[in-house]
Amino acid sequence: MAEIKIKNVAKRFGSYQALRSIDLTIADQEFMVLLGASGCGKTTLLRIVAGLDAPTEGEVWIGDRRVDHLPPRDRGIAMVFQNYAVFPHLTVFDNIGFGLRMHKLPNEEVARRVERTASLMHIDQLLQRYSGELSGGQRQRVAVARALAMEPDVILMDEPLSNLDALLRLEMRAELKGVLAESKTTAIYVTHDQVEAMSLADRISVMNGGLIVQAATPVEVYRNPAERFVASFIGNPPMNFLPAQNEGEGKWRVAGHSVDGPNAGGDELVFAIRPEDMHPSATGIQATAKVVEPLGPHLLVTCDIEGAMFRAVLDSDMSIRAGEAITLAPQAGRIRWFDPQTSRAVA
Amino acid sequence: MHARMLPYLLILPVTLFLCVFFLYPFVLVSQQAFTTGGGFTLDNFREVIGYWKFPISLSNTLLLAAIVVPVQLALSLLMATMVSRMEKGRDLILYIWTIPLGISDLAAGIIWLAIFEQSGFLNSMLYGVGAIETPINFLSYQNPAIVFLAIALAEIWRATAIMLVILVAGIGLIPKEYYEAAEVFGASPWQRFRRITLPLLRPSLQTALILRVILAFEVFAVVAALGGTLFPVLMGETYAYQFDLLNSGAAAAMALIILALSIASTLVILRVLRIPKGARI
Repeated sequence: MAEIKIKNVAKRFGSYQALRSIDLTIADQEFMVLLGASGCGKTTLLRIVAGLDAPTEGEVWIGDRRVDHLPPRDRGIAMVFQNYAVFPHLTVFDNIGFGLRMHKLPNEEVARRVERTASLMHIDQLLQRYSGELSGGQRQRVAVARALAMEPDVILMDEPLSNLDALLRLEMRAELKGVLAESKTTAIYVTHDQVEAMSLADRISVMNGGLIVQAATPVEVYRNPAERFVASFIGNPPMNFLPAQNEGEGKWRVAGHSVDGPNAGGDELVFAIRPEDMHPSATGIQATAKVVEPLGPHLLVTCDIEGAMFRAVLDSDMSIRAGEAITLAPQAGRIRWFDPQTSRAVA
Repeated sequence: MHARMLPYLLILPVTLFLCVFFLYPFVLVSQQAFTTGGGFTLDNFREVIGYWKFPISLSNTLLLAAIVVPVQLALSLLMATMVSRMEKGRDLILYIWTIPLGISDLAAGIIWLAIFEQSGFLNSMLYGVGAIETPINFLSYQNPAIVFLAIALAEIWRATAIMLVILVAGIGLIPKEYYEAAEVFGASPWQRFRRITLPLLRPSLQTALILRVILAFEVFAVVAALGGTLFPVLMGETYAYQFDLLNSGAAAAMALIILALSIASTLVILRVLRIPKGARI
C-alpha cells in the first residue's frame, strides 16, 4: 500500500511563496498528474514528495509513514528527471542498476532486475552503451528503466517527455501508461502539457499560484472546471466566456439571448461554454465571424460577440466566410456558470 | 578573402611566435644535449647520470612530487567541494584561497624561510611560550626531515590553489540533476562524491594533475630558499651545470631528462584518468 497524503504543505523560498497550502491524497496505484503553467509550484510539490526540497510547513505521508523528515533513499520512491539525469560515466546497465547497488542488493538480483526492466523498456540491446551514444528517446527509456528497477512504492516524474520530439512523445506516452499500469506503483507526474495530462492521468490536480485549484478525473476537469482558471487553462482552444445578466426565475441574458441558468441571486454571472458545444441555429447568440480556420475534421471559427472574442468549433462542411454574421446556440447541458467576483463555478 | 581561411590566418601569429621562440630554441637545446663539439653522442647524458648527485636529486624530486601532489589533490578536492556548496561569499573565499598564486615561488620560499630560520617566527614563538631555551636551527643538515617538511609545506601552501581553481570550475560543470538523481536512488554524500563527482571530474582532474606534476618536477626556487644545497633537486642541478659549471651541454641533457619525466607522467595520468568514448557529460 502506498497511498500518498500531503497535509497542509507550504513552501517559501525567501519571501517567495511557492506553495501556499496543499492538501492532497493520492490513492494506492493511482496515476496523479500535477498540471499547471510554469511557476505554479507543481515541480516544487514533486520535489517535496521526493525529499529533494523540505516543506516549510506541513506533512508528507507515504503509506503509513510520515516521510517529510526522511532522506529520499528511505522513502521508497524512484524518480524520472526532466533531463533524464542518465549518468554519462556509467553504461546503461550500471545506470539502471545504480539504485540497486546503492541499496546493496546482491549482484545476481541487480542483473536480474536490470535485464527485466531493460527488456520491458526495449533497451536490452543497449546495456553496454554509454549515454553519449544514445538518442534522447533511448536516454528517456534508460531513465524510466532505472526508476522501475527499484520496484518502488511511488514513482515520481518531472516533465519526463518534454524534451522529446512530438512523434516520440506520443509513442512514449502510450508506452509509459502501459508500463506503469502494469507495475502497480503509485505515480505522480508533473507536466504543463494538458494533452499529456488528460491521456495519462487517473486524476489531474490543476495548480495555479501555489495552490491546487481542482483535483478530479480528466473528464471532470474538462467538463466541470471548478474555477474560471481551470476552464481557461484546459482545452485547446479553451472555454469561451461571456457576461450574463439576471432576468429572474433562472433566466440569464447572454449577448441579447435568453439562456436557462442557475436560479441564484446576484445580478451578474459569467456564462461559459466549450467551443465544440456551440452549434449554428435559427435563434441564438448573434456573432460575426472574424477568422475561419479549416482544420480538417472541423472548422475553428473565431468570432466577435458584442466586442468579446468567442471561438466555435463547427462541422467542416459548413461554409462560413470571414465577415459573415452567424447565429450560434449553446448545447443546453454543457453550459457552465462562474461567479464574476470569486471566479468559482456556480451550480 | 575566403571565410574558411580566416581561422588559420588568425592563429598564424601565435603559431609563428611559438615556432620561433619555443620550437627553435627547443631544437637548439636538444642539439646541445646530444653533441659535445663533434657529432651525435650520449656523453652529456652519461656525464649527468653518472654524477653522484644525480640519484639523490632525482629521488628528492620524485619523493617531493609523490608527497606534495597527493596532499594537494586531497586538499584541493576538499576545498573545491566546500566552496561549490557555498551560496554566499564563495568568490571572496576563492580570492583569499588563491592569494598564494599571485606570489612568485622564490617569494614563497622566502616567506617560509622567515618562519623556519634560526631567528624566524617559529623560533620566536617557541621561545616566547617557553618551549625552547635557545633557537633551533631547523633548516640544517642535522634535520633533513624538517628541511623536507618545510619545503613540502611551502609547496603545498603555494601551489594548491592552482588545482583548486581548475577543480572548482570542473565541479561547476557537473549538472545538479546528477546529484539529485544519485540522492533519490540512495547514494550517501560520500557515495555521491565517489560515484558522481570524481568520475565526472576526470577531465579537470587530468588538467590539474598534469599541470601540478609538471610543476613539481620543475621545483626550484622554494627548494633553493629553504634547503639550499641540503636538498638537491633536478632543476637545481640543471641550474648549477649551466651557471656554476658553465656546462650547457650537461644542463641541456638535464632539461631533456626533466622533459622526459614530465611527458611520461602526463601519459600515465591521461591513461589512468581516461574517459571511454561516449561517456562524457
